[in-house]
Amino acid sequence: MSANWPPISMTVNGIEREVHVPPMKRLLDVLREDLRLTGTKEGCGEGECGSCSVRMDGELVNSCLVPVLQAQGSRVETVEGLQCDGGLHPLQQAFLACGGAQCGICTPGMLMAASHLLERNPHPTMFEIREGLAGNLCRCTGFVRIFESVIAAASRPEQATHAR
Amino acid sequence: MRGDAEAHELVAPGSLTAVLELMAGEPGKWTPIAGGTELMVAHASGRLPASKLVSLWGIPDLRFIESDTQSITIGAGTTFTDMRAHPAIASDLPLLAKAAAWIGSIANQTRATLGGNLVNGSPAADSSPALLVYDAEVELISVRGRRRIPYNDFHTGYKKNALAPDELLFAIHVPRRFSAHRQYLRKVGTRRAMAISKVALGATAMLDDGFVRELRLAAASLAAFPSRLYRTEDALCGKSVDANSIGAARAALLAEVLPIDDIRSTAEYRRRVAANLLEEFLTDLRKPEGTA
Repeated sequence: MSANWPPISMTVNGIEREVHVPPMKRLLDVLREDLRLTGTKEGCGEGECGSCSVRMDGELVNSCLVPVLQAQGSRVETVEGLQCDGGLHPLQQAFLACGGAQCGICTPGMLMAASHLLERNPHPTMFEIREGLAGNLCRCTGFVRIFESVIAAASRPEQATHAR
Repeated sequence: MRGDAEAHELVAPGSLTAVLELMAGEPGKWTPIAGGTELMVAHASGRLPASKLVSLWGIPDLRFIESDTQSITIGAGTTFTDMRAHPAIASDLPLLAKAAAWIGSIANQTRATLGGNLVNGSPAADSSPALLVYDAEVELISVRGRRRIPYNDFHTGYKKNALAPDELLFAIHVPRRFSAHRQYLRKVGTRRAMAISKVALGATAMLDDGFVRELRLAAASLAAFPSRLYRTEDALCGKSVDANSIGAARAALLAEVLPIDDIRSTAEYRRRVAANLLEEFLTDLRKPEGTA
């Protein structure tokens, strides 16, 4: 089934990967189905909820809106690549400590949006945190604990800004 | 219903010339796709009619911002993130910078392009009111050459535009002469982020001793496509801004706009809020410059 499609290659979490899939297949589906990286979740499938947020060449994107051909040659980072030195990323630790994760569907996207924010802006204001996460919907926490998690991670600058 | 990736052909020729040649070979058969924030939504739900798509993502000839003393030229493939980060846009085109900051979310702004926003032709397009009140021009390109037309003439009907079947939107030219004008842009949506506008109003104005010497008003979500409000402008030009002229302008706007009831709002709400936005702008205009 895969033989007819030309190869599409990209670096995912630092590893060269090649897939043979229809070029219009969504990056989200390639990550989950072809590369078995199921940390990235599908919520709305239309770019509204941010559950599928990943980074592509350093920019935050909704992977449900990226045809995989447009990821050709790019550097993709998913929640699986967030860990540092074999342990949890400071943001992941803060989400655990502050109750920023409940059912878990939005969490990978929240972590990607938050790590993207902190990498560019290590000490964001509450307004900047709200703006940085505005494209990520959570139906459990009411958001406050998520914002508190980001603040907690940001207060440890040497770790929170650890850029992969 | 889910979209089927195998039902759509997608190619990435990689250069502007190659894209134009492909489109010239089969005019109207290829649908350009840039950041995908519109077309991929349709694709996900199985509503994408285009069977052949050509990718514009990653083509450097389409993604640039250049400025000279007269104008700022923005390549159609420039993302809203690019525009937010550009100092000349922040300083000289604050309304466009504002629109770029409020469109969608961070993850949409990194992919959505200015050209895509215009070619998609939504009546609610976020960048349109700013470009209309700045008198922007659009540059269209095909293998036959290039042409420039006022952006005001680009939209020709609901989701219809002036592009020929083999043409691509190449760039948007925005004059810098408006930096001395009083400027206004406000969008009313359900929430700050991710909301498609219920109504938006933009304005640039030049006063002369309290009298309106030059005025441009443009709205989104008040007609089949983003449009200037010429009759409302006419009601104010040459007048001093006072309670009488504000009342007359409100009446002119209410007579001019053609909003609809839809999933996001009602025609009546849109009319009333549009008139309130106009009044807000005009009330600001009465204050001395810098206090608005």
